Amino acid sequence: MANAIVKRRRQELVVGGVVLAGLALLPVPIKDVYTQNLIIITVLFAGLAQAWNILGGYCGQISLGHALYFGIGSYVSTLLYLKLGIPPTLGLFAAGIVAGAAALLIGWPCFRLSGHYYAIATVVVGEIGYLLFLNWDFVGGATGVFIPFKGESWAELQFKTAKLPYHFVVLAFAAATWLAAFWLEGSRWGFAWRAVKDDVVAARSLGVNIFASKMAAAALSGGFTGMGGALYAQYVGYIDPDSVLAGHFSILIALPAVLGGVGTLWGPLIGAAVLIPASELSRSYLGGSGRGVDLMLYGGLIVLVALARPQGLVSLFNWRRKSDVPAA
Amino acid sequence: MTAAHLLQVAAGGLLMGLVYALVAAGLSLIFGLMDVVNFAHGELMMLAMYAVFAIWAINGTDPLLLLPIVAVLLFGIGIAIYHGLIARALSVQFNRGMVQIFVTFGLAIFIRGACQFVWGGDFKSITGHWLAGRTIELGGVFLPLPQMAASAICLAAFAGLLAIGRTEFGRALEATREDRDAVALIGIDRNRIFALGWGLGAGAVGVAGVMLAGFYYVGPNVGASFAVIAYVTVALGGFGSMLGALVAGILIGEVEAFTAAFWEPSLKQVGVFAVYLAVLMLRPRGLFGRL
Repeated sequence: MANAIVKRRRQELVVGGVVLAGLALLPVPIKDVYTQNLIIITVLFAGLAQAWNILGGYCGQISLGHALYFGIGSYVSTLLYLKLGIPPTLGLFAAGIVAGAAALLIGWPCFRLSGHYYAIATVVVGEIGYLLFLNWDFVGGATGVFIPFKGESWAELQFKTAKLPYHFVVLAFAAATWLAAFWLEGSRWGFAWRAVKDDVVAARSLGVNIFASKMAAAALSGGFTGMGGALYAQYVGYIDPDSVLAGHFSILIALPAVLGGVGTLWGPLIGAAVLIPASELSRSYLGGSGRGVDLMLYGGLIVLVALARPQGLVSLFNWRRKSDVPAA
Repeated sequence: MTAAHLLQVAAGGLLMGLVYALVAAGLSLIFGLMDVVNFAHGELMMLAMYAVFAIWAINGTDPLLLLPIVAVLLFGIGIAIYHGLIARALSVQFNRGMVQIFVTFGLAIFIRGACQFVWGGDFKSITGHWLAGRTIELGGVFLPLPQMAASAICLAAFAGLLAIGRTEFGRALEATREDRDAVALIGIDRNRIFALGWGLGAGAVGVAGVMLAGFYYVGPNVGASFAVIAYVTVALGGFGSMLGALVAGILIGEVEAFTAAFWEPSLKQVGVFAVYLAVLMLRPRGLFGRL
């Protein structure tokens, strides 16, 4: 049995390597800038959703306030760069650390709550962050922060027109979150989280420290989300509270994981690959008129997938593994 | 700072708080009945506001006269949402909690898009109706009539909801809430009770929407801003508790009014959220919530 798990994990790793190589080679056939941009955003969201998945999927704590960590990350790296001249390659890690610390600080009171009470508390904490940044002049208030272009540089993650370097930057980010999830899945933490998700009382009776487990998941999840925020800020070159901290952003981060399959390695990537292109394409073809058709399609898609595939789109790929699973 | 000024702020908070309470009551009713948080609740309120606006724009009917029509309309929409979506979401075998959240969330986005499609993205307001611009003065405190009417109607609707709780149907509702499987044994059709619960919840928020339309702008995002307040109200009062929604709604209206008056108007919601978090730290199930 243990052997079967080791074998399956080795298979996952091989599949992961193949997918990574395939994604890395995408720019070879695809030269069109619009499509490249679409792929970059999709891969970035795959990473963000994987980060959300650590807390929401594996540990079962549904956070609807991840925009806060994303926003904190994007502001930290941007302000370090603009005010102190620290290059974003370093700022990226500072962003991760600050966002992770913020997740701990917020988790400390909020993990007293469970279920819907927890989900709503995260909405509220996210809203507070949004309102505070909106009214905080040091960080640009409602006008936001513009990142000036200072010349091509890998250290500062600035590339004039080429999308290509960013393709690899976000791919490295998504791969890092995937590897983290892969490693965590097989670690002591991963087992503790799934126990907390399934049955808190049973987990506690087995000696799992519930609070510490949730805090660890929150710190990792928030930290990775913050790093994603830093990359996003450097990629678009402009941030304001509405674009990185608004409440709907929290949902955008969680949705790919939920629709792809929560608590699975591949769910976030599959969800992002379906959702992000669907929303971007419908917005660019139908949203220009400002008539809301894109929103109707997007909302309808969410409803349909959630009802038709409650276990996530990843379940579509599970047929080949049925024979491996012993009958329960 | 005079006593009259304090009273003025308190009165404003109370008037708004009663509207919040009714919005939250619908949400709380549905949650208490079947453990579903309706993330499209704000959008249902927005639908009611747009319905009032649409009819008013055609023939200038006063929003007050439209109250019964729109309330019945929203009642029907609530029942349709239950049968079309929620019944299915309740029957999934896997991940039920998340499916419920994201089905209602997807519905919210859909409704927002549909309203934008029909009425465009700009703000509308209903002007020149019977109560518009009128105020009455009570001991140096000026009370705008549209807000007065809104809070009075909301209070009446609240009383109506509580009265329904005392009828045969209300007892069936309560029984279903207590044990959704056992009620089938005594001849209560659970599906029908759930559907009526959705109808009542949507109808309640519809009444709030109609009254709000008399003094508040209508736009595709108006639902979202009220929805956050509604979740906070319900969580603060305790999920499923009607009395909790009323007390929490008034409390939130007051905190909001006093934060805006004495601290900073743009941070009025921060004051509300801070009070909410402080209360939940001391009492995780809300003021009147049951465990």
